[in-house]
Amino acid sequence: MTRLGDIVRGVRRSDRGAYWFILPYVIFFCAFVAYPLIFSLILVFNRWNIVTPMEWIGLKNFDRLIGDVLFYRSLLNTLTFLLIHIPLQVAVALALALLLNTGVRGRGLFRAIYFLPVVVSGVAVTILWQQIYSFDEGILNNILHAAGLPSVPWLVDPRVAMPSIAIMATWKNVGIYIVLFLVGLQNIPRELYEAASLDGARPFKQFLYVTLPMLNPTIVVIVVLSTIGGFSLFIEPYVLTGGGPMQSTLSGMLYIYNQAFSFGHMGYAATLGFVYALVILGVVVLQRRVIESEIPS
Amino acid sequence: MKTFLKYTALLAGAVVFAYPFLWMIAGSLKPELEIESLNLFSGKFSLQSYAQVILKIPIARAFLNSMIVSAATTASVVLFGSMVGYALARLRFLGKKTLYTLILFTMTIPFQIVLIPQYILIVKLGWTDTYMALIAPTMMSAFAIILFRQFFMAIPQALIDAARVDGCSELMILFRIIWPLSRPVIITVALLTFMANWNEVLWPLMVVREQSLMTMPQLVTIFTTGGQAETQLGYLLAAATLLSLPVIIAYAFFQRYFIESMASSGIKG
Repeated sequence: MTRLGDIVRGVRRSDRGAYWFILPYVIFFCAFVAYPLIFSLILVFNRWNIVTPMEWIGLKNFDRLIGDVLFYRSLLNTLTFLLIHIPLQVAVALALALLLNTGVRGRGLFRAIYFLPVVVSGVAVTILWQQIYSFDEGILNNILHAAGLPSVPWLVDPRVAMPSIAIMATWKNVGIYIVLFLVGLQNIPRELYEAASLDGARPFKQFLYVTLPMLNPTIVVIVVLSTIGGFSLFIEPYVLTGGGPMQSTLSGMLYIYNQAFSFGHMGYAATLGFVYALVILGVVVLQRRVIESEIPS
Repeated sequence: MKTFLKYTALLAGAVVFAYPFLWMIAGSLKPELEIESLNLFSGKFSLQSYAQVILKIPIARAFLNSMIVSAATTASVVLFGSMVGYALARLRFLGKKTLYTLILFTMTIPFQIVLIPQYILIVKLGWTDTYMALIAPTMMSAFAIILFRQFFMAIPQALIDAARVDGCSELMILFRIIWPLSRPVIITVALLTFMANWNEVLWPLMVVREQSLMTMPQLVTIFTTGGQAETQLGYLLAAATLLSLPVIIAYAFFQRYFIESMASSGIKG
């Protein structure tokens, strides 16, 4: 009975009232974290539309997923999004942060303007970009016309639509990463640059051998956050394209939503969510490994 | 020359990020036929688009709903988050390590996996089309708890001991001693929570169908995708302006808090 004794002693040594402090969270955790997690493990083995009773179908949801063209399509779309969004985001954020970090006047004001799209609702931003990307009279195509260039089918061409959304998402989020880069830049000790210039390193070499390696932790954070954001992409295609043209902007989240709420396939939607979660965890772990090993910090 | 190029680049950046918003606001105030122009100013001023939006959808009610939901969630996240954070940072109890590990674990779960089961839970509880559906699943945040815990660990033990000697209960210590010392972290958590909730749209789309209970971004989404806007550009821009204006105004006043909150947390809202 020593274990029981340990527990009793442990509880006795606890501060009075400590359990009241954590009780609300424990209840919340059970209801909104533990229960959904366990329930998702049941759902993936069932066919269910919420209304009629659940029907156990074993691994059929996974069978279906393996043969589901739209699932692969949504994965591919997310990959397209990430391949454009992440490099663009890192490049633009780094460029603007480096510019802001050179002791310019009005630094605070510029930073505040670049950050503005971050705080505005994604729905408002999407409505706005619908007009920017509009084929006939959109802002971008009007500007292209004025410059004597042909229109770009931003959201109409299946090959262009996802890249367009990736550019828009970059515009919306880049302010966060400018701020993170600025913090990172300020944390680089001046002595490193002094030592580098004593060794005869030109500004570009200093950037390559001092700035970039020192910013590596920030880059990891940005890549991971953008990846998680990319996998959560929903409202932009929902409002802008509805997943089209030709499913080219069907994101993972939009596909899960459609399966659950357009078709009432709760079991299959939960299976998609389950598999997507595994994919996200896998990708993030892989990214950390690769980036941290390639640029030693 | 170098300075000139630098400021040109910075200004070009500012135009790229600010012009669309200015165009949106200007467009919402112009007669429908003049909106397409890239010009911000027009000779004719019109509130017609706003009048139509207010007529077609209960946007004021949606504003109120968003306020209620975001305020309730924020209050709850700050209150309960700081309680758990305090217990983890300053109190002894059995299972502390387990709880801390669980909270860290919670933060690594991609939301895709719990989304559908959470929706089903709300249905089974009979909470669809209620405020509870919008508030309950975000009442507590693992991330807020971790932020609070980190901040509270740095508060001198002597202050807490002195309060205990004076006979303060732990709850009183939290509210009277710890909270006044923790304004920066409370502001950070409150701002990020409020903003994330105000802008959330996927969850409301799932659990609310009743128009009078919709949050503002949800109502504007339905207005845009559901055909009610009748492809009238002015209506869309007016709705988008109404949706973003409260946040832009708050941002204009508390800009530094917004940016510092985001920088100190390293996450997106």
